[in-house]
Amino acid sequence: MGYYAPGLLVTSTSVATAIGLYLLFTGQGESFNVGKFLAESSPYAWALTGIGLCIGLSVSGAAWGIFVTGASILGGGVRAPRIRTKNLISIIFCEVVAIYGVIIAIIYSSKINGDVQDLYTSNNYYTGFALFWGGLAVGVCNLLCGVSVGITGSTAALADAADPQLFVKILIVEIFGSVLGLFGLIVGLLVSGKAEEFA
Amino acid sequence: MEALGFNIGTGFLEGVVRGYKGALLTQANYHNLTQCENLEDFRLQLSSTDYGNFLANEPLPLSTATIADKATEKLVAEFNYLRTNAVEPLATFMDYITYAYMIDNVILLTLGTLHERDTHELLERCHPLGVFDTMPALCVATNVEELYHSVLVETPLAPYFRDCLSAQDLDDLNIEIIRNSLYKSYLEDFHKFCQTLPSPTSEIMSKILAFEADRRTLNITINSFGTELTKEQRARLFPTIGRLYPEGNNALARAEDIESVVAAVDHISEYRAFFDKSNVVSATNGNNANNSAGGDESGSSLEDEFFKHDVELNKQSFLQQFQFAVFYSFIKLKEQEVRNLTWIAECIAQDAKDRVNDYIPVF
Repeated sequence: MGYYAPGLLVTSTSVATAIGLYLLFTGQGESFNVGKFLAESSPYAWALTGIGLCIGLSVSGAAWGIFVTGASILGGGVRAPRIRTKNLISIIFCEVVAIYGVIIAIIYSSKINGDVQDLYTSNNYYTGFALFWGGLAVGVCNLLCGVSVGITGSTAALADAADPQLFVKILIVEIFGSVLGLFGLIVGLLVSGKAEEFA
Repeated sequence: MEALGFNIGTGFLEGVVRGYKGALLTQANYHNLTQCENLEDFRLQLSSTDYGNFLANEPLPLSTATIADKATEKLVAEFNYLRTNAVEPLATFMDYITYAYMIDNVILLTLGTLHERDTHELLERCHPLGVFDTMPALCVATNVEELYHSVLVETPLAPYFRDCLSAQDLDDLNIEIIRNSLYKSYLEDFHKFCQTLPSPTSEIMSKILAFEADRRTLNITINSFGTELTKEQRARLFPTIGRLYPEGNNALARAEDIESVVAAVDHISEYRAFFDKSNVVSATNGNNANNSAGGDESGSSLEDEFFKHDVELNKQSFLQQFQFAVFYSFIKLKEQEVRNLTWIAECIAQDAKDRVNDYIPVF
């Protein structure tokens, strides 16, 4: 396991270098063309990938947080059953992160409609890229926010089990963690605000 | 990064073990216990703690041995609950905890056989955490080779015996040498295993095991004064981990009296403080002629200082989440609590109220 990641890195780099050199020396260097790729790939593909990443990463973050917190609440609840109801708030904080992802995904998907005459216009390019990067930003924000809230929630549960006075104090840390996901949501909304519907 | 995946396997058990730790007796509980007039009072006081009615079905003239047995039983029940729910690598980690008790049991049985004690009585006195299937067969062995080939080759202790197969006869000194070299191999092996675990576990465990190793090194050195153990033999028993290794160990291997021991640990302020507080030096200087009585008295208080530091280290391991050291520390703290209960009960039973406060408070 220890050598797996570096091995993969070395292999992929050498394969990429070999292909690049092959293209270069056989006179096909032009076929590696980022601009062409961006211009020719469909804006729909960008937009839909962005929406998918947004909801997918958000839900992963929420799920990750919930299992980290949940396992600790279960364990702490064995000897201190009073923590179980109070600490559901940590689970809710994690869940909210997934809801942010759903909201953004719904807003983004309202920009997409099926009957478009000419897909490759500058407006459509902008919408496609905006939805892709907006979705990615929201997704990654929510993933990290979910993990952060989950770990703090797990600590909150164990601290509450040991000493009930600590619950509120650690809850404040948790609330600040959960605000991070809101930042992603706001930026995602602003980015899509300027993007027009596909036309 | 450990927090990301730790709870998949061990989150539940960590919560449980922290719950167990929260149920350890506090200073207030100990205070109440030391005020008891007799053992019935003692039982009544304990029933309001986490121990509950663990002595309820015992016949009335309570003995301290019963209290110790029942308290150990509770510890073992909690350990077994954790162990049966554990997944790798925690399962291996918890198995390592039991090896220390296995070593003690092996030595207890061979020593008992040497002095021709009754086998059943010996088996009852073994620590339940270190029980293994072939244990009763230990009583027939007469030398180390036989011991190894007939019994221990199947147990996890087998690799630790590699270093002491050369010692041939089983007499008191050799058994003591075997015990210490087993423990040395065990500590080194456990330490190596802990280093393969991810970061917070390895750091905290190496701190705890380093102290355990140093404590054994110091004890071996101090106890070997005036015995026929040669300095080379003594040096071979020192664990090669810990804060005293290597230069402190070398100095201790050459040490001839308690002053040179103090000089060897001088560069580690915590260890020097033990000797200052327990005034071993002045005691042995004061009555060189009557060394046995004075030495014993001060030796036990040095031991107390070690226990206190051990408790302190084990308490600190609860300050970090997402690591295994809490499991080790919980077992050690609980064991200390059982020792405390036994001590207090013993003092009450023998009406020695002036020494009842010599227990080592945990929380």
